[in-house]
Amino acid sequence: MAAVTVTNLVKKYGSFEAVKGISFSIDEGEIFGLIGPNGAGKTTILRIISTLLSITSGSITILGNDLGKQSGDIRKLISYLPEDAGAYKNLTGRAYLQFIANFFDPKQIPQMVEKGIEIADLGNRIDDRVDTYSKGMMRRLLVGRAMMTNPKLAILDEPTSGLDVINATEIRKLIKETAQKGTTVLLSSHNMLEVEYLCDRIALISEGKIVEEGKPKTLMEKYKVHNVEEVFTRVVRS
Amino acid sequence: MSGLGNIIKKEIRELLTPATFLPIIIIALIFGTMGNSIQGIQEQAQTPPVIGVINEENTTFSTMASTILHDHAKVIYNSTSNADIQIGLETLKEKNGVALIVIPANFTEQILREEPGNIKVYWIMKGAGLMDTISSSVFESLIAYINTNISKELIGGNSSVNASFILSPTKRVETTYFKNREFSGLSPNTISGMLSSQSLLIPIVMMMIIIMAGSIVITSMALEKENKTLETLLTLPVKRTSIVTGKIVAAAVIGLLLAVIYMIGMGYYFAGFQISAGVNLATYGLVLTSEDFIWIGISLFITLIAGLSLCMLLGTFAKNYKSAQTLTFPITMLALIPMFLTMFADFDTLPLPLQIFTFAIPFSHPMMAPRALLFHDYPLVIGGIVYVVIFAAVTISIVVWVFKTDRLLTGSTSKFKWIKGLKRRRF
Repeated sequence: MAAVTVTNLVKKYGSFEAVKGISFSIDEGEIFGLIGPNGAGKTTILRIISTLLSITSGSITILGNDLGKQSGDIRKLISYLPEDAGAYKNLTGRAYLQFIANFFDPKQIPQMVEKGIEIADLGNRIDDRVDTYSKGMMRRLLVGRAMMTNPKLAILDEPTSGLDVINATEIRKLIKETAQKGTTVLLSSHNMLEVEYLCDRIALISEGKIVEEGKPKTLMEKYKVHNVEEVFTRVVRS
Repeated sequence: MSGLGNIIKKEIRELLTPATFLPIIIIALIFGTMGNSIQGIQEQAQTPPVIGVINEENTTFSTMASTILHDHAKVIYNSTSNADIQIGLETLKEKNGVALIVIPANFTEQILREEPGNIKVYWIMKGAGLMDTISSSVFESLIAYINTNISKELIGGNSSVNASFILSPTKRVETTYFKNREFSGLSPNTISGMLSSQSLLIPIVMMMIIIMAGSIVITSMALEKENKTLETLLTLPVKRTSIVTGKIVAAAVIGLLLAVIYMIGMGYYFAGFQISAGVNLATYGLVLTSEDFIWIGISLFITLIAGLSLCMLLGTFAKNYKSAQTLTFPITMLALIPMFLTMFADFDTLPLPLQIFTFAIPFSHPMMAPRALLFHDYPLVIGGIVYVVIFAAVTISIVVWVFKTDRLLTGSTSKFKWIKGLKRRRF
């Protein structure tokens, strides 16, 4: 069953067309990656699916809910991690996770907060104010926040942005494990190795259009190259 | 291009935004309108006062007083009989007069006996603002002029006369008619002073709450954007109305708390300057009942919600903390304008355009409520509350609508395209 179905999606900002009639679908439990250069429309697509931006035309269905009509229901099922997200600076890491958990099932709050703390892995610093965190610590806190709610669909915009190699590896492992437990993941990334390692399927986006879509291995075989980076270069050049 | 020129060009481009200019343009228009209206009031006040004169005798000093009044005021009613007082007052009310002066039959005789000659003044008071009492102040200077002339005459005729009597050869016996009530022994200036001191607290409280709580709301929205927390908040399972209401209520609580702290200090400050006028308004029935205080409380609360909704709407325009500071300016001005307007003139005596303008500002209503309630003007108070409720409901609806649109995240939309086009052409 498709967790996400996007059909002829168009998004315009005034006269500028950022997304030009794209269609794709993501199966439940699948990790689907959007890859493309800056300004290709990846973040716009993620923001639309996260119920932040309106659709100019086309339709999106998320876990059986129509995005245009049931955005409130969809917000209960998803978790969105923006690329340059922040947290409330006057709160401690723990208080921030608690604040977010309070929007969900009251019975699940303690478990959610514990899970968030475990994913963030900030040690004693979880009780320090967020404005004392490094960029990497902040990102780990936010990944913890995004994954602790056990979302049906996790929408992650550059999930390992700002993290060092070790932390990034841990986060990738966590995303894999989360998907194996049934969470559908839609992510965007500039890191081709990350995409190759994480994603079951990918869509290459250029100038608001999907120019190629498929499993990383299949695409590499199709273009007779050794990694997704080369696939990307070939596709964009052609 | 030189380094300086390059920096100037970049700075101007950054500052040339609707958020910078719109508040200033709106304030300029508001002040222009206010200036024209206040100028109208001043011109009206500078014209000779319109009065009526009843001179019951035709002797030296009464003729002198009557001549001065005729020379320096516009006398629209003349009589020689004390029995015509009611007719005189009716005539003056019809023709926008200020006062009816009665010079009694024994005026000269009293003065010659070295007793202050009574001049009876029946004031027709229209409003309790500073501008409203200008005409009566002008007229009071005429009475002083009459005194001076009588003093000169007395000194010229008899140098042995009592010095303290010569300095005050007349005595005013005053009655003021204001909003269908009679105030014996009080002049419009005394009544105005008493009412001003009574109704000064509410406007200051209102202004402080709005400025403080408004600033909190606008800054909160700006910080959500600057700290990149807004996107996360908007994807959580919480209704947009809950986000808007939550921010407004929290700001209202903090604003009230700050205002209480501020008012404790202000209370001591005012107490240090308070001078008793020696007149108790309660003896004239001018007392706010507990029911009146409930009306004032409702008016204050509803206006606070309306004001904070307006701040929330402005906050959606704020891109960061810096721009939030600019956006608090129009709110501060909107709180200050009714405070000064109600200080200068009564709502009833304002020109119609200014009345509409004052009524349209939600903050005006709790400021006008105490005085209106003193004179049982319930339609103004209840009408104001109804208006502010509608204003708040409409503003909150607009804010919730903005929260549901792309505007909150994408900033300026196609509505401001002409400004962007202008900037591109210039640079």
